[in-house]
Amino acid sequence: MQRSFVARNPSVLIFLACLGLFVLGVTVLSEAVGNGFLSTSFVKTLGKTLCLALIAVAMDLVWGYTGILSLGHFAFFGLGGYMIGMWLMYERTRDIVATSLAEAPIPATVTEIQEAIATQIFGVVGSNEFPLVWSFADSLVIQLILVVAVPGLLALVFGWLAFRARVTGVYLSILTQAMTLALALYLFQNDSGLRGNNGLSGLQNLPGLDDVPQALVSLWFFWASAAALGLGYLLAAWVVSGKFGSVIRGIRDNEARVRFLGYQVEVYKLVIFAGTAMISGIAGALYYPQAGIINPAEIAPIASIYLAVWVAIGGRGRLYGAVIGAIFVTLFSSLFTGGQVPDVNLGFYTVKWVDWWLIVLGLSFVLVTLYAPKGIGGLFDLIAHRTHPDRHGAPLGPDMGALQEKEAQE
Amino acid sequence: MSSTRLLEVSGVSVSFDGFRAINNLSFTMPSHGLRAIIGPNGAGKTTFMDIVTGKTKPDDGRITWGEKNISLRGMSEARIAREGIGRKFQKPTVFEDQTVHQNLLMAQRNKRGPLAVLFYRAGGKDLDRVNELAATIGLTDELARKSGELSHGQKQWLEIGMLLAQEPRLLLVDEPAAGMTLAERERTTALLVEAAKTRAVVVVEHDMDFVRRLNCRVTVLHEGSVLAEGSLDHVTSNQQVIDVYLGR
Ligand SMILES: Nc1ncnc2c1ncn2[C@@H]1O[C@H](COP(=O)(O)OP(=O)(O)OP(=O)(O)O)[C@@H](O)[C@H]1O
Ligand SMILES: [Mg+2]
Repeated sequence: MQRSFVARNPSVLIFLACLGLFVLGVTVLSEAVGNGFLSTSFVKTLGKTLCLALIAVAMDLVWGYTGILSLGHFAFFGLGGYMIGMWLMYERTRDIVATSLAEAPIPATVTEIQEAIATQIFGVVGSNEFPLVWSFADSLVIQLILVVAVPGLLALVFGWLAFRARVTGVYLSILTQAMTLALALYLFQNDSGLRGNNGLSGLQNLPGLDDVPQALVSLWFFWASAAALGLGYLLAAWVVSGKFGSVIRGIRDNEARVRFLGYQVEVYKLVIFAGTAMISGIAGALYYPQAGIINPAEIAPIASIYLAVWVAIGGRGRLYGAVIGAIFVTLFSSLFTGGQVPDVNLGFYTVKWVDWWLIVLGLSFVLVTLYAPKGIGGLFDLIAHRTHPDRHGAPLGPDMGALQEKEAQE
Repeated sequence: MSSTRLLEVSGVSVSFDGFRAINNLSFTMPSHGLRAIIGPNGAGKTTFMDIVTGKTKPDDGRITWGEKNISLRGMSEARIAREGIGRKFQKPTVFEDQTVHQNLLMAQRNKRGPLAVLFYRAGGKDLDRVNELAATIGLTDELARKSGELSHGQKQWLEIGMLLAQEPRLLLVDEPAAGMTLAERERTTALLVEAAKTRAVVVVEHDMDFVRRLNCRVTVLHEGSVLAEGSLDHVTSNQQVIDVYLGR
């Protein structure tokens, strides 16, 4: 039992290898450094999908392993996006304002520049002053810290209140939905300080790097997203592999028993809840610069519900399942809602996938929950069992069927 | 084997929606040895364990523990467990999704904080102890199996093994022999008697033959308070005990 971490978890190595190959493939086919087979916007889509896979890994930790069905992790994702978005928007607006004021006959004072930036950013919500929350928007370092600190702190406070009161199960899920809804409604207000329903935009432009083409920027973000996913996966796999993983799975299956073993269940839940909130924040901070825009609709409760659907369909309680679920569902979702799948004419009625996709998704969620609780990941167990029929109850680690995982990714 | 007092419960009461499940109950336990608790269904045996382990908060009374006479009232379940009280539930509760090895390792007396657990790697001493325990409970060959695959009796033993791994000073064992074959019962008796040599063990049981084999002092509970206490022969000849429990 004392083999090294990688030896005990070959699936991690396989996952990282697949990810590496995927990154290599996309790089070679990209417009910026490759043969241009993949458009820049498609590279962005792939990069965004990797960010979604990362938050799915976080969701799997909190739900699949610890049993907390959080329906609020997209709030943390959105907050991460807002935090980096503030810096991006501020710096870029400052560049623009500085250029335009430089042409004026009298050099502008610092206050004038500040006012001009504020008017530029907050004009849409009828303001020309910086709200308090933008105090550090000029500092990349501070905003990067806030990317993890703000979601982490919110999760800590929320989790402390909820877990200490021993709210569990469906009540906890409802509470997380309420938190998400409250945050979204707050951000929708014009005086929230984050431009109300306009959100933050122009995030795809990196300040000071106007000369760098988007094709290259998109590739940078793609690489960064892949690195974040790889590291996040590694961290998650390490966390669940040892005794800590035993304890959180114990909490999922019977938290009272874990308490009687002397573990402080609330503290463990808090660590996982806040930790995954921070991972979600990082995922969001990488996602929105690729999306270019963030607004409160992104934080809507439904987004967090989708997250649970991805993880359920992919197979919860196994990290690669979450990744596959996220990739699989977002891919199909964009196929169906993007009009790539031809409508079905039944004579008396035409099935338009744009309208019907949600119903298909909802139905598959119900079917998976009822008949295939292991999700897509469960298929790997089937295949693993067929190739190793006499496994005599050895632990069904997440190392099975990694071959298929490769297939799923390519 | 008379020794210092480990647990003292005095004047404890608890009501559920007006129903007095425990009524002015007093009970003491020395630091070594076995004690059996018997009584009809609903007598409050499980509720008594719930109170001692912090699951149920009593309305009244004192619960003092150890040489320093600290009060267990108001402590969390986890804290009480770390004070050295281990508990086996009426229904076997092991972590079915995890191997026997993982179950034992998780129960093992070690640091319980999240950071310590995160960076914990089982050393040789801990692994030896797991193997030793597995041998004691007869599950050496099942170490790598998921505990969900074990038989009912094996699960009961695993749970006792997890209790022993915690190295508690007091073991509260709720109906350990329920659903066991005769041979399994005998093994369970031996386990409990052995454990009681170095610590206090309280066993709740309905089966009189089982209690007789434990060969220890018996407390009879009825309607939430102690009806009689003494040797098994002494309590079974008590008319009140016969009326409420044995003569049914
Ligand atoms: N949480 C609770 N809420 C309401 N009533 C309870 C609760 N826990 C126990 N009771 C009641 O308290 C009484 C004592 O229950 P307890 O489980 O302690 O009995 P017991 O002696 O363990 O019985 P058995 O031999 O059947 O296990 C019962 O009447 C039970 O219904
Ligand atoms: Mg009982």
